[in-house]
Amino acid sequence: MDTVIRLGLTLSQIGAVMVAVLLTVALLTLLERKVLGWMQDRMGPMEVGPYGVLQPVADGLKLFFKEDIIPAGANKFMFSMAPILSLVPALIGFAVIPFGPDWTVDVGGVDFKPFVITDINIGVLYILAFASIGAYGIILGGWSSNSKYSLLGGLRSAAQLISYELNVGLSIVGVLLLSSSLSLVTITNAQAGGFWNWYFFAWGSFPQAIAFVVFIISSVAETNRTPFDLPEAESELVAGFFTEYSGMRFAFFFLAEYGNMILVSCVATVLFFGGWHAPVEILQGPESLHWLTGMFWFTFKVYGFLFLFFWIRATLPRLRYDQLMRFGWKVLLPIALGNIVLTSIFAYIFP
Amino acid sequence: MSGSDLLLEYLTKFFPILIFTILALGFGLVTLLLSYLVQPKYPESEKLSTYECGSEPFSDSRMPFPVRYYVIAMLFVIFDIEVIFLYPWAITFKQLGVIGFIEMMIFIGLFVVAYVYAWRKGALEWD
Repeated sequence: MDTVIRLGLTLSQIGAVMVAVLLTVALLTLLERKVLGWMQDRMGPMEVGPYGVLQPVADGLKLFFKEDIIPAGANKFMFSMAPILSLVPALIGFAVIPFGPDWTVDVGGVDFKPFVITDINIGVLYILAFASIGAYGIILGGWSSNSKYSLLGGLRSAAQLISYELNVGLSIVGVLLLSSSLSLVTITNAQAGGFWNWYFFAWGSFPQAIAFVVFIISSVAETNRTPFDLPEAESELVAGFFTEYSGMRFAFFFLAEYGNMILVSCVATVLFFGGWHAPVEILQGPESLHWLTGMFWFTFKVYGFLFLFFWIRATLPRLRYDQLMRFGWKVLLPIALGNIVLTSIFAYIFP
Repeated sequence: MSGSDLLLEYLTKFFPILIFTILALGFGLVTLLLSYLVQPKYPESEKLSTYECGSEPFSDSRMPFPVRYYVIAMLFVIFDIEVIFLYPWAITFKQLGVIGFIEMMIFIGLFVVAYVYAWRKGALEWD
């Protein structure tokens, strides 16, 4: 009986998270075009529904009913599987993100944490590992299309992903030094009390502001967003690794990119900005309302980061590929390494 | 807690991830299948040919590519392993005391030596 209840609870949690993520992606595709439009003194999409709010529905329906072309020279199996291989890691990363307070409720004799699907003690490593697996989808999609643009886009993407993966890994070590845990729930709990306890400010120990800057730049590069969208630089590579894709498979690459964007925003929120905690205790409200204010502050911060992604896209021009690699290896890596040394020295002197 | 209890707890914690993976895979496959059932299918040789800016594709694209990508992959493997070694140290930092601190500074020193070597050898250049 316990097993059945637990299974049911887990399934409903996973369902809720998947629906929430997919709806957020739909919302983001509209928001991105709207925000870009406003920043460039345009209106953005206006035709479908009032103020264009039904645009994501129209896009989704179009992609769903569109002919799915498999080019003649392509490796059919890998061409079909690559979008799924890139979508799955983007979705399952959300399994360890705490969306709200660390409560344990008793449902029919089963201990149940409503706001996190599973609190594993290697949460950070899990997310890093699956972020790397997403690169396989991209490189396989690029290679199996048997198109020169796709191949070059896939290769560039893989090289870029692994270069910036290193910086993401290094920038997180500073947070781990302060939190002594890899579990995202424990890391969030350690930042309770007020915004000065968030690891971005880290009152009383070394602030992780530098690590945060390295993390957010590397995340933009990892999700292939402007100014690091070399794999899909339309002026030289048409559409990069998904040049040959159409219909639903194209939509999956799109979903994966936006899902990854949401995921890195969640990770940045949890690691550096206190997760679901409010900036000051008073804004958190009474204990019984923590689930509501917690979810509110989490969503608020995540959308703040997503807005930052759009803002960066509207502001910065694209880098050249050699600049991109030089920036990752010769600028960000020494900064991230220096941050680890400084944090550990500081933590040793002022324990 | 005995060994089998510990194993059971681990399995309980990782089981939701397995379910999530299956559900995510299922979502992908079912959506692809449904879309396959309703979409039009009018293949013709022009439409199926590889996109090359309108001209006829003139060679196979499984061509050799620059060895640069390989060097970057090698460097990534080496440095990423060193980064992963930093993780357990960072977790247990507060219990290790001065010895752990000095040992890890030596390790980071070795990391820097390898990094400077790669830099001086020109492995990080892209041209």
